[in-house]
Amino acid sequence: MNPLPLVAVAGSPNAGKSALFNALTGARQKVGNYPGVTVERHSGRLTLADGRPVELVDLPGAYSLDPASPDEAVTRDVLLGRQKGERQPDALVIVIDASNLDNHLRFALQLIELGLPTIVALNMVDLAKRDGLELDAKRLEAELGVPVIETVAVRKRGIAELRSELDDMLSAPACALTERVPTELIQLQRRARDIAKAAVVSESPVRRWTHLLDSVLLHPIVGPVILAAVLFVMFQAVFAWSEVPIGWIESGMAMLADGATNLLPEGALRSLVVDGVIGGVGAVVVFLPQILILFLFILLLEASGYMVRAAFLMDKLMHGAGLSGRAFIPLLSSFACAVPGIMATRTIDNPKDRLTTILVAPLMTCSARLPVYTLIIAAFIPDRSVGPGIGLQGLVMFGLYVTGVAGALLAALTLRRTITRGGGGGFMMELPKYQMPQVKDVVIGLYQRAMIFLKRAGTIILGTTILLWALASFPQAKPGESQVEASIAGKIATGIEVVVRPIGFNHDIALALLPAMAAREVAVSAIATVYSIDASDEEAASASLSERLSGRWSLATALAFLAWFVFAPQCISTIAVTRRETNGWKWPMFMVGYLFALAYIAAGATYWTAVALGL
Amino acid sequence: MNAPFQPESISLDQLKVGTRASISSIDWASLEESEAARLRHFGFDEGVNVEPLHLGPFGRDPLAIRVGRMTVAIRRSHARAVRVNLTA
Repeated sequence: MNPLPLVAVAGSPNAGKSALFNALTGARQKVGNYPGVTVERHSGRLTLADGRPVELVDLPGAYSLDPASPDEAVTRDVLLGRQKGERQPDALVIVIDASNLDNHLRFALQLIELGLPTIVALNMVDLAKRDGLELDAKRLEAELGVPVIETVAVRKRGIAELRSELDDMLSAPACALTERVPTELIQLQRRARDIAKAAVVSESPVRRWTHLLDSVLLHPIVGPVILAAVLFVMFQAVFAWSEVPIGWIESGMAMLADGATNLLPEGALRSLVVDGVIGGVGAVVVFLPQILILFLFILLLEASGYMVRAAFLMDKLMHGAGLSGRAFIPLLSSFACAVPGIMATRTIDNPKDRLTTILVAPLMTCSARLPVYTLIIAAFIPDRSVGPGIGLQGLVMFGLYVTGVAGALLAALTLRRTITRGGGGGFMMELPKYQMPQVKDVVIGLYQRAMIFLKRAGTIILGTTILLWALASFPQAKPGESQVEASIAGKIATGIEVVVRPIGFNHDIALALLPAMAAREVAVSAIATVYSIDASDEEAASASLSERLSGRWSLATALAFLAWFVFAPQCISTIAVTRRETNGWKWPMFMVGYLFALAYIAAGATYWTAVALGL
Repeated sequence: MNAPFQPESISLDQLKVGTRASISSIDWASLEESEAARLRHFGFDEGVNVEPLHLGPFGRDPLAIRVGRMTVAIRRSHARAVRVNLTA
């Protein structure tokens, strides 16, 4: 089989590379991984004018071919044809930011030296013009010796020209690769500056808008206040905006369950479909709106350029905990999911900084804990207002997030003084210009996240739910005996219960903890499955899960359960990604051990305090 | 060293916000290798114009510095490795 021609899209960070990639390929993208490293591989297809398909791959942003991070190493290795699992590109599209020529041209010059057929996309020419920068693309083309096309990726300007240029380039007979003559970085930089000077027709003071916004958003007092407000709004929105869509999903699931109940005869199969599949998976899918809202905020903050400002504001505090401001973005992403968060630590250059960030990332409250928190809070915390626009339930939720953050910072501080001591650590980041996030790019990002979540719901969660259903349904209970107590699952839970009884956990919780090792949110579907198996018919028909819970658990137990979930490392994906990122079992094992110890202590302390207070 | 035509040279972390200066020398040896590489990537080089734009809210650290047409954030400790001449 003849593989499709491969075109690599490369460029410095903040050149608008992903937007250009999205404009060229549309939504038909594949997100994979390079083997052996956890750098995401984004690829898509492009059809040329004559109908020939071409594969496009979006390389991680890099400043040069001399890597300072694992991301940049992948970019270099792909371009040199040394990356495992990737063929050498047949052509190259270099994306440069028109308003940052002297810097981006350095990398472009280095790439042109590789000798691959190359096109330069002079991107964001509109913003450069807004900045008062007049450029001569023809002059640039003459200096670089490769075609230069002016583009505005977000408005699709120049995309057709880029496509037809690619067409010509791939139709031409392939030329032999020139052996790379490495040129000194400083030399390249100086040449880049000379070319930039030649290509600029006129310029005026730089980046007025960005400077103006920064003087507010990076203000020593106003800046942190705005950041706190942004984070607070984000967490309130996760609850306030999700109510309506959650209602739709719930009624949809109820209709499905009714339909299945009517279609299927009474018996084991109906129980499997209604209680196991629809009940279990439904209990998790219901949280899709909240997860999407959270990701929406993170994508918007990233695309607008604010995320880096947040890192800037937080660097000194993070430094106090032994981390760098760069850790702020992976840790903030970990609020959505620790897996992309841990993968995002690749941008941290210092290995000790990076390891510490990986080890504490699971303490940031990920979206998989939301189902658990929401269920318990809805069941035990009264829905009343404690101030204008501030609900008690939202406040408790905020408190749980804060506990996770405090735990992470304390853990980082302790680790940095003991196990991961040493290494200078640093914080060096580009502050890109502010940009209006593009609807299309955000939608593509959200769609990819939603698919990943639903795939999880359809595989890991469905599988463990069915397994748990089977364990909880067999052997059949004798009349007068509780089904859950009589089942295999019940027997296993009785064993776990011995260990967790001192911290206030009951039999139901012991039962939920085991399958929740696969993924935290399974705890909810596990409880849902078990209760719907155990419930008598009329009870099942009337009471919601949270109503049933509040009847069965004491408040002290519920609070201990919440405290447990702030710390417990219950997620196989996180453990797996930690193993991959740290190249071995040592660190994931350490992580699991210390987090379980913390969880046990926190749940115990919470339970006994609550009991002492008479709750 | 103290020739009368020598412009005043201070370290970048001493430069006031909003003051333009030109880099006179960089003490690469005082930086770790990856940090030095990053500074080069950002375009730090002798003769390049720099201007501190903002300071971090806690302990006036890190610093947001304009280099060429880019703005970058670096810590005070790294800025100390960069000597600048005030431009008239």
